[in-house]
Amino acid sequence: MKTVFKRTPTLKDCPTHYCPGCGHGIAHRLIAEVIDELDIRGRTIGIAPVGCAVLEYDYIDVDMIEVAHGRAPAVATGMKRTNPDKIIFSYQGDGDLASIGAGEILHAGHRGEQITVIFINNAVYGMTGGQMAPTTMINQVTGRSAAAQGYPLQVSELLVTLPGTIYVERCALSSSTAVRNAKKAIKHAFELQLDGAEGMSLVEVLSPCPTYWRMSPADAMEWIEKEMTKVFPLGRLKG
Amino acid sequence: MSLVVNSTNKKNMAAKNQVSKKAEKRILMCGNEALAEAAIIAGCDAYFGYPITPQNEVTAYMSRRMPEEGRVFVQSESELAAINMVFGASATGKRAMTSSSSPGVSLMQEGISYLAGAELPSVIVNVMRGGPGLGNIAPSQGDYFQATRGGGHGDYRTIVLGPSSVQELVDCMQLAFDLADEYQIPVIVLADGILGQMMEPVILNKKPSRKLPPKDWALTGAQGRQQNIVRSLWLKEGSLEQHNYKLRDRYEQIQKNEVLSEQYEVEDADIVVVAYGIAARIVRGAVTKAREEGIKVGWIRPITLWPFPTEQISKAADEFRIFLTIELSMGQMIDDVKLAVSGKSPVVFYGRAGGGVPAVDEVLDKIRQLTIK
Repeated sequence: MKTVFKRTPTLKDCPTHYCPGCGHGIAHRLIAEVIDELDIRGRTIGIAPVGCAVLEYDYIDVDMIEVAHGRAPAVATGMKRTNPDKIIFSYQGDGDLASIGAGEILHAGHRGEQITVIFINNAVYGMTGGQMAPTTMINQVTGRSAAAQGYPLQVSELLVTLPGTIYVERCALSSSTAVRNAKKAIKHAFELQLDGAEGMSLVEVLSPCPTYWRMSPADAMEWIEKEMTKVFPLGRLKG
Repeated sequence: MSLVVNSTNKKNMAAKNQVSKKAEKRILMCGNEALAEAAIIAGCDAYFGYPITPQNEVTAYMSRRMPEEGRVFVQSESELAAINMVFGASATGKRAMTSSSSPGVSLMQEGISYLAGAELPSVIVNVMRGGPGLGNIAPSQGDYFQATRGGGHGDYRTIVLGPSSVQELVDCMQLAFDLADEYQIPVIVLADGILGQMMEPVILNKKPSRKLPPKDWALTGAQGRQQNIVRSLWLKEGSLEQHNYKLRDRYEQIQKNEVLSEQYEVEDADIVVVAYGIAARIVRGAVTKAREEGIKVGWIRPITLWPFPTEQISKAADEFRIFLTIELSMGQMIDDVKLAVSGKSPVVFYGRAGGGVPAVDEVLDKIRQLTIK
């Protein structure tokens, strides 16, 4: 029998704590595959956020740190500046990156830090039970808030305006094609850092949260494609 | 017990260690610049800071000198970011520091709690100014509680050093980095606006380092080994309590091994003045004058504010003496003096705050008042 697919070694062989239909597991696998394909496990340091992915180090088998809510880009700055030969990536959700850490991501981009940011946007706070996020869409149903406050914040579009960002792409996990594109984007972001490209790269990943969208996993995938992409259009925004 | 530079070792040390350009000479420097140069000599790999008065000279000096040394300087977007940059650099095993003044250090408390939880060595200099709130930019000792009680959340301690001269500020920097590495703990150097701004002659040289444990926990890329994880989250039932016990044991070791204090003419004293930092300099003058007047008075100067020299003060309180605590605050360290004295002798207080600095004669007056019985 021929093996056509196998778990990449940097993804640990264990069940995750994520809800059924959650996108984090897919995103973790893509990062682990990219790390193995580029053969950089021995020089990569990852930064886990506060949020559902706080235990990311239980799934991705590289040196990792877990940091305060929103502060990953500052921590990444401290790591990369003192270790220019290492590959530093942060993994942040939309509450973490777009709300409490809005200042840190903006200024890491402003300074042009040579780091790779994987930004998981599911338009909601997951771990605390589904509160609205700055990315929550108008009329979106969330677990613990009646309606969105303000308008969804388009972080990628914002970061594109900074000379310090070299690559910004928004992708999704809503279909097998979309997942393949997301992997390409993540790989490109890592490759840029590996090549010493001068600036920050960010890949925004539209990711399903069926639990707090109050949807089935299948409906959540459809909602990304039909609704989320209207406000958060997919594609390469810069670089 | 005071931190005096051992000048006989100077030549050997110069040969053994990479010393900075300015080493070996007795030179006049302001405290802020001197502490910055001392950090460089102590092997600080990275400095992260945000502008705030009265410590701007540190950031300015580092912005020039760190690149000269091929090391890292980043002016962060906030103190929050600065302490998290320290967090990142320290997690990779580098010697990292930040400096700020009171309101900025308040912003860093989240990061200090995480550093303590994740057991990351780090050095934080607080050149204290008046508060609360924006306060003013004048010297103060109003952050004693914040520094020694752990201004951040959770069950943790930080080592706190309270130098009282520019030379001691210099000597504290290497000690701070060494203690941080030895105990995997944040170390706070608690200076004030006077120490930061005033100029005194200093000798800058590299002292022999302690024997320090290897940083096998550092994030360096999992090349040929299992992954390292730096964390402060302990979810499994009982695991955080276990972690808390581990930290407590370490804190007990620090209390046992690292207390530093200095005392003067306590043996026959009826009155013992307790002061740290710049206040101790004023006390020194006042006590000398009081002795000239025949008043039996001495002083105790805590150098480590945590661990506090509880035993030294308690011992002095075994005989009945009046303890006078002098601070540039409305009374903070006095709590630790009272705990040490433990009701055995009376403890009284005199302090000025908000930029007020007691004159030598002002303190002398307070000493005289205690003799009228």
